[in-house]
Amino acid sequence: MEYSSLITLREGDICKVARIQAGTTATRRLYEMGFNTGARVQVLKNDRGPIIVGLGGHKVALGRGLAEKMLVARAK
Amino acid sequence: MSMTIALAGNPNSGKTTLFNALTGSNQHVGNWPGVTVERKEGQTRYGNQVYRVVDLPGTYSLGAFSEDEVVAREFIVSGNPDVVINVVDATNIERNLYLTTQLLEMGTKVVVALNMVDEAESREIHVDEKALAQRLGVPVIRTVASRRKGIDELMEAAIAVARVPLNGHVQLSYGESIDKRIEVLKGFLQGGDFRYPSSWLALKLLEGDSYAKKFVFENSNLRDLEEFSRFWDEVAVHEEEFQLEIVDSRYKFVGDITKDVVRRPGVAVETTTDKVDRVLTHKYWGMPIFAAIMFAIFQLTFAVGQDLLGEWMAVAIDYVGGALEGFLVGVNAPAWLIDFIGNGIVAGVGAVVEFVPLIVILYLLMGLLEDSGYMARAAYVMDNTMRAVGLQGKTFISMIVGFGCNVPGVMATRTLENKKDRMIAILINPFMSCGAKIPIYLVFIAAFFPSYGGLVLFSVYALGVAVAFLMGKIFSKTLFKGETSHFIMELPPYRKPTLSNVVRNMWDNVSGFLARAGTIILAVVSLLWVLAVLPLGVEPYGSASILGRIGQFIAPIFEPAGFGTWQAAVGLFSGIAAKEAVVATLGMVYAGVEAGTELVAAIREVFTPLTAVSFMVMTLLYTPCAATLGTIKKETGSAKWTLFSAFYSFGIAWVLSVLVFQVGRVLGFS
Repeated sequence: MEYSSLITLREGDICKVARIQAGTTATRRLYEMGFNTGARVQVLKNDRGPIIVGLGGHKVALGRGLAEKMLVARAK
Repeated sequence: MSMTIALAGNPNSGKTTLFNALTGSNQHVGNWPGVTVERKEGQTRYGNQVYRVVDLPGTYSLGAFSEDEVVAREFIVSGNPDVVINVVDATNIERNLYLTTQLLEMGTKVVVALNMVDEAESREIHVDEKALAQRLGVPVIRTVASRRKGIDELMEAAIAVARVPLNGHVQLSYGESIDKRIEVLKGFLQGGDFRYPSSWLALKLLEGDSYAKKFVFENSNLRDLEEFSRFWDEVAVHEEEFQLEIVDSRYKFVGDITKDVVRRPGVAVETTTDKVDRVLTHKYWGMPIFAAIMFAIFQLTFAVGQDLLGEWMAVAIDYVGGALEGFLVGVNAPAWLIDFIGNGIVAGVGAVVEFVPLIVILYLLMGLLEDSGYMARAAYVMDNTMRAVGLQGKTFISMIVGFGCNVPGVMATRTLENKKDRMIAILINPFMSCGAKIPIYLVFIAAFFPSYGGLVLFSVYALGVAVAFLMGKIFSKTLFKGETSHFIMELPPYRKPTLSNVVRNMWDNVSGFLARAGTIILAVVSLLWVLAVLPLGVEPYGSASILGRIGQFIAPIFEPAGFGTWQAAVGLFSGIAAKEAVVATLGMVYAGVEAGTELVAAIREVFTPLTAVSFMVMTLLYTPCAATLGTIKKETGSAKWTLFSAFYSFGIAWVLSVLVFQVGRVLGFS
């Protein structure tokens, strides 16, 4: 299964969370906010500054460094 | 014996709106003991009974990761609420139900308030609440808290659940390997006398919950048991893995339910929020728009709050002061009493009261922005720029508030969860020139730069921001080395602000300000008066008074900055009490009046354009007022950092104002 880093996706792309490689606290926090394994994420904005994604009906902004550490599988 | 109802739920779920709808004005805001987390409690009436309602901090989870979570969890487990109303945002249901599963794990008596159903419907999200209730095993009531819909049914359900004894809770499966270990741990824990259910403790231990670990090991000898140690060491190896598996299991539990119970449109409807965000978080336009909005807030706050309403308050105070004096003269009160009441107490009260309209408007406007959901975007837009100076987006919000007053500015740093970010934000906040300093600048502007007022003010503010950024950068590389936290922020949908919410919030904050800052300012200004008139018989505010002597003692420090006179020293000294007091004090020591053209004329005689500038630089940057220092102490819980703030800011102010004066002299200015 091909995993990419969330930061490499473009606006409109949809993916599913595979693994997060950040520190324990950040990973846990992200998980509990809805970025758990298999969660469906849509990239809404990825140009400058934190990336904005849509996640099951709400929007979350993530710092680019963090988005780099989130591995996802592209989806439809 | 009144029942206690606790409200739990995610941030932005409408929990506070529900709390306000239930308790109206019967609420009280305080602090949970030992932490800076706000505690809101109130009373609501239903039928013929009065019930106690406690609004727990909004959290995404009930782990042990932040003070908010620990406080919320602790209250549910040990505070013995009779029932917990879990407010769930219907438009965001999976994430909200995550907390619900944790409540079920705890075996709490729960009623779910399925809130914001109107918004869900408009997005074509339909939730079958009866099916949901059946799957969760708890009542689910549809509500629209902002329009007070469903409140009665909610109370009915809550009261009914509170009365029925607990009949066992829903058991989740966390996967075979974890379930097995939970059973083993339960076995170990069975013997002990903990106040939490052992199955829950077992789960928490496997989750690596730091609070649970500490609790169990402090209250038992399990560590000494060899069998347990072996088991525990093995678990430790898998700790991270288990943590994530447990979170996944909860979401699976939720997902399995919502799959059946929630109907959504095939393609997500592009909401108004999305359309608005295209503009407000735009790569290029986002910042200028934010700047414009902040400028508008600024203008409104000062134009309406200070110039308009502040003036009215000043007139009112004068009137009251005059009437009081007249009365005292009429009853032949001693001269010193009249003076004390007039120039001590009334002046002190006046200093605070004149400032209140500004604070009111500031909190109202900030509250509107917050409630509408825009604040999250503001933090987002500023994040990039802030990172360049070692800060982050949320820090900027506290800085903006600081421009009104540093007391709420420092308190606004609560949104920064990372300790490093928070400390830095607190330490640089006083460089945001607060509203109380404006009259000081205005006097010097009137004396020396009458046609350049706007430019001078802007330069002063800009200098403050520059110093704040510089110190932020320095702190983040030295004293508070370490990672600035990653930016993780939810961007809630834009909502029409609930006016009653905003007003109530403003009122809570203003009364808090009055209680804390107000009392400090009043006490200190009265003290200043005492120092100015003692020892008895000297000329009040003269060089022989205690105040005058203090001024003479410290004046030499200001020589290199060009204003080494005891009067200037006294003025600055009084500013540590309250910045509002500086102009009045300068007036009294220079001109025998509190303000007005005589003061301006006196300033023109005693200062020069150059020393006026260096004095303004000193005023901008030096030690924050007592109220701010008090707030810093409260928010950091540390006397050390409070003193640090007081001294380092004086140090910076001194260096810069001396620099300005000396360099200016070299360049030929006077």
